[in-house]
Amino acid sequence: MWDYTEKVKDHFFNPRNVGVIEDPAGVGEVGSLACGDALKLMFKLDRGGRISEAKFQTFGCGSAIAAASALTEMIIGKTLEEAEKITNNDIADYLGGLPEQKMHCSVMGREALEAAIENYRTGRRTGRRLEGAVICTCFGVTDQEIRRVIKENDLRTVEQVTNYCKAGGGCQGCHPDIAAIIREIQGDKAQIDGAELTLKASRDPNKPLTNLMRIQLINRVLDQQIRPALQADGGDLELIDVIGDRVVVSFRGMCAQCQAAEFTMAEVVQARLREFVSEELVVEEQKP
Amino acid sequence: MKNIYLDNNATTRVAEEVVEEMLPYFSNLYGNASSMHSFGGNIRHKIDYARQQAAQLLNCGPEELIFTSGGTESDNTAIRSVLELNPNKRHIVTTRVEHPAVRTMARHFQRRGYRLTELPVDAYGRIDLDQLEAAISNDTALVTIMHANNETGVIFPVDKIAPLVKSKGVLFHTDAVQAVGKMPYNLADIPVDLLSLSGHKLHGPKGIGILYVRRGTPLSPLIMGGHQEFSRRAGTENTPGIVGLGKACELAQKNMEEENGRVRQMRDWLETHLLRVCPDARVNGDRESRLPNTTNISFEYVEGEAILLLLDQLGIAASSGSACTSGSLEPSHVLRAMGVPFTAVHGSIRFSLSRYNTIDEIEYVIRETPGVIKRLRQISMFSSPPDAGAPRERKPRLDRISG
Repeated sequence: MWDYTEKVKDHFFNPRNVGVIEDPAGVGEVGSLACGDALKLMFKLDRGGRISEAKFQTFGCGSAIAAASALTEMIIGKTLEEAEKITNNDIADYLGGLPEQKMHCSVMGREALEAAIENYRTGRRTGRRLEGAVICTCFGVTDQEIRRVIKENDLRTVEQVTNYCKAGGGCQGCHPDIAAIIREIQGDKAQIDGAELTLKASRDPNKPLTNLMRIQLINRVLDQQIRPALQADGGDLELIDVIGDRVVVSFRGMCAQCQAAEFTMAEVVQARLREFVSEELVVEEQKP
Repeated sequence: MKNIYLDNNATTRVAEEVVEEMLPYFSNLYGNASSMHSFGGNIRHKIDYARQQAAQLLNCGPEELIFTSGGTESDNTAIRSVLELNPNKRHIVTTRVEHPAVRTMARHFQRRGYRLTELPVDAYGRIDLDQLEAAISNDTALVTIMHANNETGVIFPVDKIAPLVKSKGVLFHTDAVQAVGKMPYNLADIPVDLLSLSGHKLHGPKGIGILYVRRGTPLSPLIMGGHQEFSRRAGTENTPGIVGLGKACELAQKNMEEENGRVRQMRDWLETHLLRVCPDARVNGDRESRLPNTTNISFEYVEGEAILLLLDQLGIAASSGSACTSGSLEPSHVLRAMGVPFTAVHGSIRFSLSRYNTIDEIEYVIRETPGVIKRLRQISMFSSPPDAGAPRERKPRLDRISG
């Protein structure tokens, strides 16, 4: 059992500001069902540009719910300039600390906040932006995200990086890359054991993608290749599940009513996924 | 506060009779069974007696049983021994849903150059015997397949698997940690070569287990340095543990009927009612062939750890296959191997009962659980599509064998 602080328990058992804002100024959505946690953060501004209302929905464990609840309390009353200064550590501190292995919940909070603020400023609804090169294919974490959690939290081991942003928590094939980034940033302060640097050599390059890796890849292709086009037409698409080679998606907004949906799906989504992920994939639509 | 323990596949309450039997061996009866005085000799007799008690439960010879420190040691010893004694054979066959004690060991040898076949399971968690047969080759040193799955309770047909493996001239090990004590066992009828069991899963103490080694099967010890356990497991005997395990085996035999009667009824009652009351819930596993005490239910769109925390607050102890409870970031390999969708894996809850549970407790769980699920679904942004109707029936599907 995790050692949660009283404050974490309080925010989990009595979460603040759960729900949906009908006409939010900004919305940020990060995480996914596949990863085991997801957070949707919404806020409204008053005339003075301060956050007057903040609400959240979370699919996740106790600390994910508590971190989201805490975050809403922290940002209400702040201007966006003030709010965007909040770091994942601030969220963890507000809760009296989180178990090391759960620090990624605080990082998810910070990411959702950034996504929501960006959504307000640019109108883009991108979820978490993928900037830089993907290092961890299992959880889709880029080098920039890894660098950021290392710098902001003074991380020195691969395990810590996994705890803070999930990178390296799946097949572990990226441990040498993470170790190299820690070395680069922390220099002598890095605590890397030899085994982590040799893992890569023993990894079989012909090994098929793990389920998690595949889902992340599918998610990325949807995010980068398909969603922007749909969103330009006032629609969107959601990945419901991946069962073997079956990719189940659901269309939202304009796309859900679109008569040509069959065409869109067969011609675009499946073709793109086959091109980038695997020839065997079959896309199915779950009707809303 | 209530304390309703429904996590008996993790560990069980030690039976009072077992504790009582053990106590003297912590105090007055502290002799070393190897000593040349009656102080030690009496201990030797008691250990022999415990071995007989265990042999009766399994219907085997007492000399075929080696006391170990638990299920994990038994599994490790069995696998390592077979491979060491058959150095020319370089292939291991197992399944995708084994306990880490077997899985990690098998993969350890895979990294050292062994070929490893992890047989897939279908949507109900069953293996295909034809696939098993096809997987075995002249190079196969060992087939190791669990008897009953700890997460879903699914029972593999070891009575069919063992003869099949033996007909190919290959050694067969089964991790029976979850099965022994919950279902009748007869090793005179089933040609298993090696079998692992654990004390604390059948109301015995922790830190004690058994490795069954069929008469004539050679064994290379894992722990060396003494003549104990017929020179097959060194180290001064854990007398209280052994005495306790012996008693637990005797009690298991006696309570087998209750386990398959009253416990099964309570499990079915719990399962039926939770499925009836909670929308978007499903059973993971093969309801036709399952341990009588286990049900694994997925509550979609909510996360397991959060469910467990709220249940815990109500005094209900269960477990989950979600990533957050596993200590790693990946959710249950068992449910994923069965093709259970991610939406359902993260919200999977295992209730495992024992003869110490009462119908009142089960009624309480049936009353309280739906509220917990509902509460978390109100926080979650995921939900079923409004007019989706009944969850779609998934056809069992076998994946390719991973070679």
